[in-house]
Amino acid sequence: MKRNAAIIGVGQTPYLSRHNYMIPELSQQAALQALDMACMTMDDIDAVVYSMAPSEFLGVNDPDKWCVDSVGSRNKPFMRIHTGGATGGSAAQAGFFHVASGLYDAVLVVGADKVRECKDSQQVLNTIWDPMYERQFGLNTIVMAALQAVRRIYRYKTTEEQMARVAVRNWKNALNNPVAHLKGNITVDDVMKSPYYCWPIKKYDTCPSSAGGAAIVIASEKKAKKLSTQPAWIKGCSEVANTVFMGDQMGGAAEMDYADWDELAIAAKEAYRQAGITNPLKEIQVADVYAPFTVCELSIVEALGFCRKGESEKLNETNFFDMDGEIAVSPSGGSLCTNAIAVTALARVCDAALQVLGKAKPTMQVKNVRNAVATGIGGSFQFHTLMVLGSDHN
Amino acid sequence: MIKNAESMTLKGGWSVEYSYAVGPTGTKFFDALKEERIIAPKCPKCNLIMLPPRSFCERCFVPADEWVEAGKEGTIQAFTIVPCFFESLPDPPYAIAYVMLDGTNTAMVNFVKNVDLSDLKKAAQRLAIGNRVKVVFEKEKKGTINDFHYELI
Repeated sequence: MKRNAAIIGVGQTPYLSRHNYMIPELSQQAALQALDMACMTMDDIDAVVYSMAPSEFLGVNDPDKWCVDSVGSRNKPFMRIHTGGATGGSAAQAGFFHVASGLYDAVLVVGADKVRECKDSQQVLNTIWDPMYERQFGLNTIVMAALQAVRRIYRYKTTEEQMARVAVRNWKNALNNPVAHLKGNITVDDVMKSPYYCWPIKKYDTCPSSAGGAAIVIASEKKAKKLSTQPAWIKGCSEVANTVFMGDQMGGAAEMDYADWDELAIAAKEAYRQAGITNPLKEIQVADVYAPFTVCELSIVEALGFCRKGESEKLNETNFFDMDGEIAVSPSGGSLCTNAIAVTALARVCDAALQVLGKAKPTMQVKNVRNAVATGIGGSFQFHTLMVLGSDHN
Repeated sequence: MIKNAESMTLKGGWSVEYSYAVGPTGTKFFDALKEERIIAPKCPKCNLIMLPPRSFCERCFVPADEWVEAGKEGTIQAFTIVPCFFESLPDPPYAIAYVMLDGTNTAMVNFVKNVDLSDLKKAAQRLAIGNRVKVVFEKEKKGTINDFHYELI
């Protein structure tokens, strides 16, 4: 039998291009903030899940072992989780399993990244593809998004201006998020005039390489009720993987199209089932999503069931996804404005949790949040994570 | 709120060499490339013909040990043009396309080399999904995926 579990503490350092603190220090800063919000100390933590994506950005192999002491895990269970960009989502899931299983009553999920300590993150990201058939062609994550965008343009006649509007909204939302890396009032014109990185993806369609740390404390029902007046109950939690071969997802025999994130739709169906959500648009008030490129968000909101396939472009021209719209998408500015890869998906969980806890900065806080979802994406757009957080448990 | 700190920096780097086994399936595929043939494994159960080649069908979990020869022409399923420099990646500008070769069921990536990339918008139109390309083999073959590239027909 599964036990109820809730997030009662959230911590994030500011996200910057460069942090001069080292990874153990950044991890600790995030952990201490989360513990403070949870009214706990390190002594109260039973086990630690460390959220660490590829080591190569940092140039320190398996940096999790470097951080055992700084996150208070000496003489305690410790595991590192890694599913590429989805790492933080998977780590949060592992933390949830730790508590829901009944093995532990309080678990710290923590991590940090400094993507820009390496000269060019795309050199590292190119190596996620095999050296036999694919790596030679300069694949990287921006290419990956470009391929999704051309498929989306082909299927849904998406325009570059429609993609640009996603950036404008996220940058504006990020103004309310004290820890967001990029923020500001940019225009569609600014995006359109920015240089192409990989056709049709431009500079402003692309997330930054960020440095920073994030942490959450997950507690059992008994502890959560004792320590928090409004826990963020973990009501649904799912993960779906798909092939690394992007070329398998296009053309006649494809089971899914690379234009859509059908894997996330499968994950959503499962997490909504667990959470008892039947009408996502009515029952969910906030979606903090891992869209590292503008085009990704268009596919995500469809996969999450907020609209039908091919509808997001038009809806995004209205206030549908705004703070005061039908569903607030990424009030934090999301992953388009902040991407410290090892913790990007954990930051989504943090920002969704803050909305349920009622502890987001007042201008970032959406009113009357009953349910919030956080998504993660990793690998060759192949690992999808989803967590549903709510003000009440089932 | 935590602020950034003063800090020195150290320079460093990693350089590791590898010898990757390509497996019996890969060996067969690359041997055929040297003879200017692109061969693809077929699933005996669902008849899926896969490129890049795989030793088993990822949908049926059975060995895919029957081989068929793919067409030398195909249809673009996705593409991009990269106009800017990335460390250790090909010199820009370059165009790549995922192409479903005739007679196969999945798309395989390679460079498209006969496209004028000086105007990105025009180049993108020429590379549009649905457009046709042919396989062109290099004169000197090394038994690698770079033994061929695509050209627009």
